[in-house]
Amino acid sequence: MRLTLQIWRQPGPDEAGAMRTYDVDDISPDMSFLEMLDVLNERLIVDGDEPVAFDHDCREGICGACGMVIDGTPHGPLRTTTCQLHMREFSDGDTIVIEPWRSKAFGVVKDLVVDRGAFDRIIGSGGYITAPTGAAPDAHATPVSKESAETAFDNAECIGCGACVAACPNGSAMLFTSAKVNHLNVLPQGAPEREKRVLNMVSTMDDEGFGGCTLTGECATVCPKGISLDSIAGLNREFMRALRKRP
Amino acid sequence: MTSYIDYTIGAPIADDKAPDGPVSERWNRRRFEAKLVNPANRRKKTIIVVGTGLAGGSAGATLAEQGYRVVQFCYQDSPRRAHSIAAQGGINAAKNYRNDGDSVYRLFYDTVKGGDFRSRESNVHRLAEVSVEIIDQCVAQGVPFAREYGGLLDTRSFGGVQVSRTFYARGQTGQQLLLGAYQALSRQIAAGNVEMHPRTEMLDLLVIDGRARGIVARDLITGEITVHIGDAVVLASGGYGNVFHLSTNAKNSNATAVWRAHRRGAYFGNPCFTQIHPTCIPRSGDHQSKLTLMSESLRNDGRIWVPKAKGDSRGPNEIPEDERDYYLERIYPAFGNLVPRDIASRAAKNVCDDGRGVGPGGQGVYLDFADAIKRMGRDAVSEKYGNLFEMYQRITAEDPYEVPMRIYPAIHYTMGGLWVDYDLQTTIPGLFAIGEANFSDHGANRLGASALMQGLGDGYFVLPSTINDYLARNPHTDVDEAHPEITAAVDGVTARLKRLVDNDGDRTPDSFHRELGELLWEYCGMSRNEAGLRKALARIPRLREEFWRRVKVPGTGAEFNQSLEKANRVCDYLELAELMCLDALHRAESCGGHFREESQTAEGEAARVDDAFGYVAAWEYTNGAPVLHKEELVFDYVHPTQRSYA
Repeated sequence: MRLTLQIWRQPGPDEAGAMRTYDVDDISPDMSFLEMLDVLNERLIVDGDEPVAFDHDCREGICGACGMVIDGTPHGPLRTTTCQLHMREFSDGDTIVIEPWRSKAFGVVKDLVVDRGAFDRIIGSGGYITAPTGAAPDAHATPVSKESAETAFDNAECIGCGACVAACPNGSAMLFTSAKVNHLNVLPQGAPEREKRVLNMVSTMDDEGFGGCTLTGECATVCPKGISLDSIAGLNREFMRALRKRP
Repeated sequence: MTSYIDYTIGAPIADDKAPDGPVSERWNRRRFEAKLVNPANRRKKTIIVVGTGLAGGSAGATLAEQGYRVVQFCYQDSPRRAHSIAAQGGINAAKNYRNDGDSVYRLFYDTVKGGDFRSRESNVHRLAEVSVEIIDQCVAQGVPFAREYGGLLDTRSFGGVQVSRTFYARGQTGQQLLLGAYQALSRQIAAGNVEMHPRTEMLDLLVIDGRARGIVARDLITGEITVHIGDAVVLASGGYGNVFHLSTNAKNSNATAVWRAHRRGAYFGNPCFTQIHPTCIPRSGDHQSKLTLMSESLRNDGRIWVPKAKGDSRGPNEIPEDERDYYLERIYPAFGNLVPRDIASRAAKNVCDDGRGVGPGGQGVYLDFADAIKRMGRDAVSEKYGNLFEMYQRITAEDPYEVPMRIYPAIHYTMGGLWVDYDLQTTIPGLFAIGEANFSDHGANRLGASALMQGLGDGYFVLPSTINDYLARNPHTDVDEAHPEITAAVDGVTARLKRLVDNDGDRTPDSFHRELGELLWEYCGMSRNEAGLRKALARIPRLREEFWRRVKVPGTGAEFNQSLEKANRVCDYLELAELMCLDALHRAESCGGHFREESQTAEGEAARVDDAFGYVAAWEYTNGAPVLHKEELVFDYVHPTQRSYA
């Protein structure tokens, strides 16, 4: 396959960026999208040009490091991570437009690399269960219904890639935040910190500069792990409940 | 420089921290004998932790809970992305919730045997003991393990054992355990007890007055070289499987932290013990950048086969039942498709070498779910393995519900690593290594679902007990930032990076990595022989020399520069590879993941030679040929027998 790539190039956070055009040949349909970029970068290095910076690590769709907006959609045409997108989804002669996640809360570090540190700070403000090592009762001491365990799991699958934020017209992090709130709040182990968790995490989310949620649903449409929009409803319910209970 | 082949044998090394007495009491005894640090004094002690995977994340969180000041590093943009996250299958624990005859002793026994009698009984027993606490801890943190309808935890049997002791969270157990540790760590970061440095890579170890006192690191965003001082350093930087270029490891997992520590005096244990995982997706072409694992839990229900006839080009569904060779079930009737990883991998290689492999290049075997779908129904199969099937289909464009998966072995895990004593301390006082970064618990072969157990066991329970002893016995002393050792280390790191970016070359760092990987896979991969290893040992120094002559790194060191990161890691692979080949050459026996063609039984199985090689090989770095120190292994409980899975 022969493709034309239009890629956002930006040397650093405070420098101006621009789209640049590159042609790549000999792309196999079996290549992953990132392997296609590897081919481009190998050539750029040999030609004395600057390779395209992008985040990636596990390349099996679970670490959440990779992510770019491909032809206007976070992670591209399939509902999966960028590393799991394969070139067979494109056709010979296509022009592909590649941009970083665009959101106020995710500053560009370089080219397609952004700073998602705000996600870590949201988790740090309540996305955990306080269970110091060694203090745990036997694992079977508290049964958890299969339904609760499944709901917790469905939400716990979030990989923190940030596609939800990039897709949202408001740059909201509601889906990310709701996934963690629901994962923990639905479990009996998470109950003691239930109200504090949701209030603190939502407050941090607002402080980090993410936009408000208007339930457009773009987030759930692109989420590579299939976190459902129901999760946001769950967050709103938890939030209202916590507000009512707050003294 | 003298050739590695001229290595010398130094004084034997002993694990002088291991307590004696009955194996089941040793861990309790060591915990009691270890000195404690007064809680009021812990705040004054700084512990540097490199890595945030299961071992590093759990250690950082636990040490901070105990009151220590923790300064922690990861090269990723967030501690949540460490490669432990990719572990699929599960985590072993001797809970015996199934009442199927499991016990701490049985887990201990299986792990010593599975490791092919090249691990320490004391360590493995301790691992089996803490396995029980790990599950309790993770459940308390909210890890959503699979559950039965009654609300209790579900388990399954896993790769090479006959009891159901593996706890799992769909096919994403590593992800859920890692997020548990990450969340505990995040709580400590937010509380100010852990100073977290993401996108920061350790490039050297600071050894001052004979003790590990800090690290030199590079801020990957700005390129700034920074110095971090502490009272102890913990390496939780993972394994070195990426030396092979193609492996199931994350692309950026690397050996730099352990290799730099080795160069500073930490002995390297059993570097040739690498694990080849039997169930990975075969490579599709030269562009391949990594290999993807399919959890071996698939072997619980999938049946592995190849055509009986060589060069059979029919599609799998056109090959009738009586023309298929279910070779694992045929050769190993007792264990069938569940034989340990090393055996399953080698058997796959044998049938492919025999010309019966399937798929492109004949480098693959079928893993067939047709019978499982018939027996359990498509929905039940989907509930158990759905996400794995989807992943397979995304990568290969083939539907495993309709055609058998194709799988082939790939480098997955490294049992070797920094040599540590029972306290997980390396030969440099104050330097500890935990998780895959150390060599300790898996011997020559790791059993499935044991890596997660060891990572969390080391981080949550073992290290936090043993590091106290070191810290209590070594009172805090201040280190002057202008200390000549620090200046020298910073200058060394800076000079190396400068040399890389200044080099007027014409080849990319990745091209060297690929070449090294192919060389290693051929001569130090699934099966090894003396002639091949000698060839590799002759070629690696030449490749290294060519690297330094021809490597081309764009940009500068004072910026975000992924090519420079890569080149810097490849330098270390080019040195480590040589030690791996030397270790493989000197160990003229087959055991576990190390199969020497010269040492096999009449049936073609691995033949261990306990009298000559019943030791851990701990290698000391010198500027010339390395020095081998042997740690004799003693088996008081599980007596070495030739493993038999027939």
